[in-house]
Amino acid sequence: MELLIFYPIAALAVVLALFVVFNKSPIGSAVSLIGLMLCLAGVFIGLSAHFVAILQVIIYAGAIMVLFMFVIMLLNLKDDDNVIWKSREGNTLLTVLTGFLVLGILYKIISITLSADSSKPAKIMESFGTTAEVGKSLFTTYVLPFEVASILLLVAMVGALVLAKTKID
Amino acid sequence: MIPAPIVDLVSLSPVIVLSLFAMGVLILDLFIGKDKTVLVFLSLLGLFLAAVSSLAKGTGPIYSFSNSYVVDTFSIFLTFVFAISSALAIMLSVSYNKEQGIKIGEYYSIILFCTVGMIVLASSADLIMIFLGIEIVSISLYILAGIRRTEKRSNEAALKYFLLGAFASGFLLYGMALVYGATGTTHLKDIASVLASSEFKTSPILLMGVVLLVVGFGFKVASVPFHMWAPDVYQGSATPVTAFMSVGPKAAVFAAFFRIFVEGIPNISDYWDTILCIVAVITMFVGNLGAIIQDNMKRLLAYSSISHAGYILVALIAKNSLGMSSLLFYMLAYAFMSFGAFAIIIILDKQNGDNLEVKDYAGLGFKHPVIAVCMSIFLLSLGGLPPFAGFVGKFYIFSAAVKEGYITLVVLGVLNSAISFYYYLRVIVYMYMKEPEGDYQVQPSLAPFSLLVIGIAVFGTIELGIFPGPVISWTMN
Repeated sequence: MELLIFYPIAALAVVLALFVVFNKSPIGSAVSLIGLMLCLAGVFIGLSAHFVAILQVIIYAGAIMVLFMFVIMLLNLKDDDNVIWKSREGNTLLTVLTGFLVLGILYKIISITLSADSSKPAKIMESFGTTAEVGKSLFTTYVLPFEVASILLLVAMVGALVLAKTKID
Repeated sequence: MIPAPIVDLVSLSPVIVLSLFAMGVLILDLFIGKDKTVLVFLSLLGLFLAAVSSLAKGTGPIYSFSNSYVVDTFSIFLTFVFAISSALAIMLSVSYNKEQGIKIGEYYSIILFCTVGMIVLASSADLIMIFLGIEIVSISLYILAGIRRTEKRSNEAALKYFLLGAFASGFLLYGMALVYGATGTTHLKDIASVLASSEFKTSPILLMGVVLLVVGFGFKVASVPFHMWAPDVYQGSATPVTAFMSVGPKAAVFAAFFRIFVEGIPNISDYWDTILCIVAVITMFVGNLGAIIQDNMKRLLAYSSISHAGYILVALIAKNSLGMSSLLFYMLAYAFMSFGAFAIIIILDKQNGDNLEVKDYAGLGFKHPVIAVCMSIFLLSLGGLPPFAGFVGKFYIFSAAVKEGYITLVVLGVLNSAISFYYYLRVIVYMYMKEPEGDYQVQPSLAPFSLLVIGIAVFGTIELGIFPGPVISWTMN
């Protein structure tokens, strides 16, 4: 039953991901990316991680994608028809070799992941993934990482200002 | 009813104190004028208080925050190393920033935040905390690398470091996720006890995770083959930032590296041993051979720093208590000698970044004998010549490895020390035996803070070399 929901959503996610890469207009890519994020939220719901699914929609499909749109509009990006991609001369052999290397690594990763024993999944509690449960563990077991993450965000914010402000006296 | 979290603020005091000071510096910066000297003193006070407050819990391992934060000799000692290295970096920046036109007060605040991240890293016993610590440190470093905003090289350094660093963080996080997937916990103690039962040892997912961890950490400590960013970033950043980068953050990442591999997954060391041995050996060779062909002093020290990462990896591979104490000792010794060498580079550095080539040091020994003697002390100590700190550090690392039977590794390490003398001595030869091309023009800018740093570094390098006893007995604790 779960698989009946999972496979269509997952397939749609893959198709949308391909759209992101192959779409000619940046706006089209961005819209496909929003769809992709929504599909991923669906996958999270299937894993009974409701809270993560909602965050996925609010933060990624909402906030971050709006930022993407802003940047695209501000930079006034046009279709990339007139951009000609050229590979640097002499690098072709290296590129092909690296490509094969990456393929090999991916193959190895996939085969290892598939060979792993998944017959005994870890036990999860009844209320796993609900907002209440996430909040509870966030403020009890994981209160320290929660606080330290706020310092991380503060540093990132200060840094963005320091590096991007137009005038520094 | 949700239970109230058990909060142990005393264990966390260095982190809290330093965060408060960092935010204080940030806010005070708004109210003072162009002269940022107040911020320097405030930052130094914050670092001092953080170091002192780390002693609040005694030395026994005390776990808090559901086993994700630990205070032990390892973390206390490293907190002192971080406080010293950040203080030296701040003192070096005072005159350098004035000359180079870096006027923003946020600079000091970011150094303090970076130190917070380093303390978190050294005291974490949990994969999540380790990742957060590494990210705080890395993000601060990306900003610091690009702090000379008008300089092209600095921009290049920041962007390169940011892109590659973000990619490496991805590897690290993926590795942690796989280890979590295989063991079902993020606490290092629990991971160790899960792995003690043989059932999980050969789980391919676990081994894959470990390999990805090696890649991620390997990048963060600039070990070969993940070292490509280091020379460019070290050269492009402001010199005090380069000095800072090569000591504190590296020590912090090594601390986490050590904790995960030696405290978390020692039971599968048969598998990661070989990888780390190979990485250590090629790190030493590439670092030292690469340094030989460098003409720029900052690049030379960048390659030298890569090779030192190789030596420290040997301490990690030994994975005994002697390895731990030798790692700590080496970090402190390296802080003094590296900051000393960079301090000399800074006082000889001119506005437009001239005088950074090795040939610019020709004739220094006759014009400014004291500076040349100090530089020689730092370089010989980096090479590992007795009676300086570098020798004792290397000696302890190699003896820790010999004790565990890694004879070949040690022989290669000693061989590398010999190679490294070639390029350290080359600078000394230039200083004392070459005539400068044309008129001698190098005019050192002798700011009081920079001289203080050189004084501290000379004292530390010699003191740790001649009387290493007290420090070593502290690390053995």
